[in-house]
Amino acid sequence: MIRRAVFRWSGKEGSPRRLAVSQQLGRWDVKLSPYLFVSPFFVLFALVGLFPLVYTGWVSVHDWDLIGGEGAWVGLNNFTFVLQQRQFWIALRNTLSIFLLSAIPQLIAAVTIAAVLDTNIRNKTFWRMSVLLPFIVMPVAVALIFGSMFGERYGLVNTTLAHIGVGPILWHTDPLASQVAIATMVNFRWTGYNTLILLAGMQAIPRDLYESAAIDGAGLVRRFFWITIPQLRPTVIFVIITATIGGLQIFDEPRLYDQIGLGGADQQWMTMTIYLYKLGWTQLNFGRAASVAWLLFLVIVVIGLANLAITRRIASSESA
Amino acid sequence: MNRFRKAGSILGATIAAALAVSGCATGSAPVTDNTPITLTLATFNKFGYSDAMLAQFHTLHPNITVVQNIAATSQAAQDNMFTKLAAGSGLGDVEAVEVDWMPKLKQYSNLFVDLSTSETKGRWLDWKSASATVNGKLIGAGTDIGPEAICYRSGPFVKAGLASDPAGVAQLLTGDWNNYYAVGQQFAAKKTGTAWFDSAGATFQGLANQYQNFFEQNDGTVIATTNPDVKAAFTSVLNASATSSAHLQEWGTDWNAGLANGAWATMLCPSWMLGVISGTGPKVTDWKIANVFPNGGGNWGGSFLTVPTQGKHTAAAKELALWLTAPEQQIAAFTTTGNYPSQVAAYTDPALTGAKNPYFSNAPIGEIFAARAKAVTVTPYKGVKYAAIMQAVQDGLTRVESKKQSIDASWAQVVSDIKALS
Repeated sequence: MIRRAVFRWSGKEGSPRRLAVSQQLGRWDVKLSPYLFVSPFFVLFALVGLFPLVYTGWVSVHDWDLIGGEGAWVGLNNFTFVLQQRQFWIALRNTLSIFLLSAIPQLIAAVTIAAVLDTNIRNKTFWRMSVLLPFIVMPVAVALIFGSMFGERYGLVNTTLAHIGVGPILWHTDPLASQVAIATMVNFRWTGYNTLILLAGMQAIPRDLYESAAIDGAGLVRRFFWITIPQLRPTVIFVIITATIGGLQIFDEPRLYDQIGLGGADQQWMTMTIYLYKLGWTQLNFGRAASVAWLLFLVIVVIGLANLAITRRIASSESA
Repeated sequence: MNRFRKAGSILGATIAAALAVSGCATGSAPVTDNTPITLTLATFNKFGYSDAMLAQFHTLHPNITVVQNIAATSQAAQDNMFTKLAAGSGLGDVEAVEVDWMPKLKQYSNLFVDLSTSETKGRWLDWKSASATVNGKLIGAGTDIGPEAICYRSGPFVKAGLASDPAGVAQLLTGDWNNYYAVGQQFAAKKTGTAWFDSAGATFQGLANQYQNFFEQNDGTVIATTNPDVKAAFTSVLNASATSSAHLQEWGTDWNAGLANGAWATMLCPSWMLGVISGTGPKVTDWKIANVFPNGGGNWGGSFLTVPTQGKHTAAAKELALWLTAPEQQIAAFTTTGNYPSQVAAYTDPALTGAKNPYFSNAPIGEIFAARAKAVTVTPYKGVKYAAIMQAVQDGLTRVESKKQSIDASWAQVVSDIKALS
């Protein structure tokens, strides 16, 4: 279409000057339009992705009050301060631990449930909707309900455990117990969502693979491990990567797990984002908070790259 | 965890902060008398501003409708306040502020409307208005103060063989903190199945508010880690806690359930706590108030109403804030929740002096809290870091009460946490 326009111009107009201009326009058109067509994404990305990232970096090298604003340039002081804090390393430990406690069981459960939903069951839509139900509940409501369920003395979980003779578990005191409780909330909310994504992946697997395997005598379990799982790999990679990004930025659940919201008296469930919040919003030290944000970004990049390397390796070993 | 939105909100906050610092000042539109407007009043816990009271304001100003948003805790209100101050928008037209985080806001007095007028002069106790004044600018209109008495449950007292009438308990508890702890030991020895007090943290608040310079000197220098009074208070309350405490961290879900179930026999009772007790534990019927407080008098908490300049109707909001903090309205709030007024004129009003509270066996609360307010002799200095230091110390008390650490190990961590605030 572009070419035709150029020809029409050159055909009608005799003036060499007009010709040059129109050819020039045409050339730009050919060269630039593709970029213009894809530019909305990049403009948006620059606006909501790149700019905040760079700006946070700018904040992190300054003495910056949350409300008062920019202060003196301090170089990397905020970073060295934060890296020397005991609480930073505890926050990093908690974040990774909650991430593992939620991501692994979640993935296993989601794959299993998806496999069940993929079989010929009655009322498919009903079951599929049901698994998504927890996802619709507001995270704040989930956190409040679970927070009181996991109360140490009067909570539902411990009073129920007491009936079967299991001593009270210190859900708000013991680091591991509190992190398990928080991971439970995350799993409650996200398992259904991941199930549906994995289910979509499973439905795209050609049915004749299963049929021929069945003819060859492969049982249900064998078909699951030798056809479903390998075929599902791209979907699993997607789920793992989104779970990594989300899991490392976990905030709502630990924030609402107790009445104070700063991760416990001994930082038992203080995650990176809670630490960031504590520095920025309760101590009003936005510079230090920004440096934590950047460190968290780096952690996510590192883990993301590790993820990619591992999954690639599996993929290549599979195709070989 | 919302995978996508959370990332956005952190970045969003960054952008918001960027806009705030770049100086997006929102002007205040002049109030024209008849345009209907809605004002949001943001409070927390129980301020005693009933719907009837807000309706009364509507009758006085037919064009103004007031909507009240109530945050569950002072902490939640505080977090919301700083987030939205930084964002430059989103705050209520009138925002309630607690005395402990007022110092942080006083640094940004330019973000608040000056509330002083000819009629506000001398309305409040001097120290009350002084704690919200920056260079002659009044950024907070005082609501209540928190003179402290002791609330107790007569049932467990009878069970333990102690005096159980208010006068008898007042006599029993007259003295210093060691006396309060000693009576607690006696009480604990009787094994009534009820703890003496709720938590070391709550009790520590009572101690902390009895010193002029507890955590910080008047120039803002942090002395919390070196002041021997702080460590002594920390150690003594934890020693008492071993036998006397219910070990339930204040305001937590277990604490609320404990209050509802009557898990402890005494607690420090600033006037605003009456509403919390009667609201949380209506099933427990034997709460009474003793006109006494360990080591003399003490004031815990009390709040202000502020008008952030980012609001659209600051003139109307100022009118609302001043109307709500007028003596008449604060007396009405006192009769509903027990929040003791900070307005001088209220103290001679028979509606206040003669007030009784049916939940607390018709205790003459007007009389009791007038006496408790008179017993307050010290106005603690609270600087910018007060709230953060208090949080670090409270965490330390909780660590020992939950048996995670010894007193010494916990104190060492408190010291390092406070140093990290610098």
